[in-house]
Amino acid sequence: MTSLSRREAMERLATEASKEVLYDKPLTQWRLALKRFRGRKSGMVGLFLISMLVLVAIFAPLIAPYEPNDPLIGDQDVARYQKPCIHLLGCPDDQPQHWMGIDGNVRDQYSRVIYGSRISLQLGFFTVTLALVVGSAIGAVAGYRGGWFDNIVMRFMDVILGFPSLLLAIAIVAVLGQGLRNALIAIAIVTMPGYARVMRAQVLAIKESDYVSASRALGASPTQILLRRVIPNALTPLVVLASLGVATAILEAAGLSFLGLGAQPPLAEWGSMLAAYRNQVFTAPHLVFYPGLAIMITVLGFNLMGDGLRDALDPTLNR
Amino acid sequence: MLSYITRRVLLAIPVLIGIIVVVFTLVRLIPGDPCTSLLGERATEAACAGFNEANGLDEPIWVQLGIYMKNVVTFDLGESVRFSRPVNQLLIERLPLTTELAMSALALAVAIGIPLGVVAARKHNTAVDTGTMALANVGVSMPVFWLGLMLAYIFALVLRDTPFALPPSGRLSAGVTSVPYFEVWGWQLTEGSFWSKFHEYAANHYILNNLITGQWGVFWDAVKHMILPAAALATIPLSIIARITRSALLEVMGKDYIRTARAKGVREWTVVRSHAFRNALLPVVTIIGLQLGALLGGAVLTETVFNLSGVGRALFDAITGRDYAVVQGFTVIVAAGYVIVNLLVDLSYAYLDPRIRLE
Repeated sequence: MTSLSRREAMERLATEASKEVLYDKPLTQWRLALKRFRGRKSGMVGLFLISMLVLVAIFAPLIAPYEPNDPLIGDQDVARYQKPCIHLLGCPDDQPQHWMGIDGNVRDQYSRVIYGSRISLQLGFFTVTLALVVGSAIGAVAGYRGGWFDNIVMRFMDVILGFPSLLLAIAIVAVLGQGLRNALIAIAIVTMPGYARVMRAQVLAIKESDYVSASRALGASPTQILLRRVIPNALTPLVVLASLGVATAILEAAGLSFLGLGAQPPLAEWGSMLAAYRNQVFTAPHLVFYPGLAIMITVLGFNLMGDGLRDALDPTLNR
Repeated sequence: MLSYITRRVLLAIPVLIGIIVVVFTLVRLIPGDPCTSLLGERATEAACAGFNEANGLDEPIWVQLGIYMKNVVTFDLGESVRFSRPVNQLLIERLPLTTELAMSALALAVAIGIPLGVVAARKHNTAVDTGTMALANVGVSMPVFWLGLMLAYIFALVLRDTPFALPPSGRLSAGVTSVPYFEVWGWQLTEGSFWSKFHEYAANHYILNNLITGQWGVFWDAVKHMILPAAALATIPLSIIARITRSALLEVMGKDYIRTARAKGVREWTVVRSHAFRNALLPVVTIIGLQLGALLGGAVLTETVFNLSGVGRALFDAITGRDYAVVQGFTVIVAAGYVIVNLLVDLSYAYLDPRIRLE
């Protein structure tokens, strides 16, 4: 065999090998999960719903025909509580089109519902981030340190779980004062124990594993071990919990706003829009129907996506 | 078994104490003081001092907590400063409504949710399964207050002249009164005694009271008023129960003992009912227990939508109105009820799965 042919052979081998990499990338945990997620219809429907909502929220000024908080007095010939006017459904062409009607302050309901998506999505996102960060930090430290800290903190979490969550949230808002930001904090506090518990259980399992012992033997500090070794490996169930948590957070925040403790008028928040006209439900049902429908679709999207993620990330649940 | 029960009961006590302490602390952290909120902003200092003394608010906070703990144990929950009536009396009037609402909702959720889950599991991967689970997903995502308002709109307005019309608010129609069973049966009760309070409380369960005394008109009226709130409140637990039943049953149906049962020729229905279903019950019972807390939270919203003066709505009013005694008393009762339900769930595990008793 000449040296040239050997080189040729080597090159061929190398190309073959690289082709193999191209065709058959090793299936890492996340790629496997992605593949499984794509196979789940419900998860994809959820992802679709949420993507649409995010787009609506980002492009709200382009989609909404009017300003959400500007009364249309004087601009047009519209009345308070006017029913939806849709040209396709037989509304006369000479009247301005209002997909979801006019509210009690002569504002275009459709524009308000569109802008409401911004508030609900942000609220869900920030609430869960807060609960996730604080809750899992508490759970991680409790699980890793054990001892009295673990005992006291986790018993406190049990007490929080001992309350019906909406009632505790109401009490916390009463202490902090009403408003969207305080509602967000209250919901984060009442949902925190879930993250703390899951994180603690994960940490308890992981801290006994060989690679953690190895790091410890190499002289890594507890903080380093916790941040570099334990937490990254404990994240999977928390991702699922967080996705479902966004749904809960949006629903509970809407509930608090409905009770008048969350978002305050004139902010275009779905729960408070619904609350403002709940006594007009018999005369102007459209003002109650659409904000509620928007809440339901958003929550449904996050629930479906959470279910899809759970099936994708937890192979033991695969059936 | 007895030691298992004892251990569970003992474990519930620290949680209850914790709840009492948290409620006590939270209530005192609510900004503003009860004196100015009740006597008005311009109450004189002397008036406030008198008010604080009368309500024990001038004692150090630790003493107040101690007194409060002692009072809870002796079931003396203090007096509502807003209604100028004992909290116990308010509970007698309002708790029965919430209990009836929560129990009706739970009964609906279990009676519909479990069969739906079983059907979905039996028809796994068919249109029936997909359809049921799609509905369950929508149900889980439903804002209770929105559903309540929409139901009220449909049944009280759209269907108002049909036999399906249902009232959108209140417990009984105007002019209808529920006569307590002890009056119907002519019992002589001593005014203000424990038993007279107890019977008053029991008779405030209108559905039950009119069922046992046979006042059918009133009974039917009470049931009609309960349908919409209970349906709204039941939707989320119903969907969750259906989902859990389905997945628990699917898991059990894959077990070897099911194959064995089928192989020896047991009828399919018997396999599902006595081999699979009993073993699938454990997670279902857990979730039913957990849902009760959510039901109580949902009761605040449902009672608001349907103008019902139950515990949930009263608690909300008390929290926003700084009525210390009511907040404390009601929350403790509600939380205690919740802890007891969870205890019952734990005990039912031991009944359903003998292995747990031995741990």
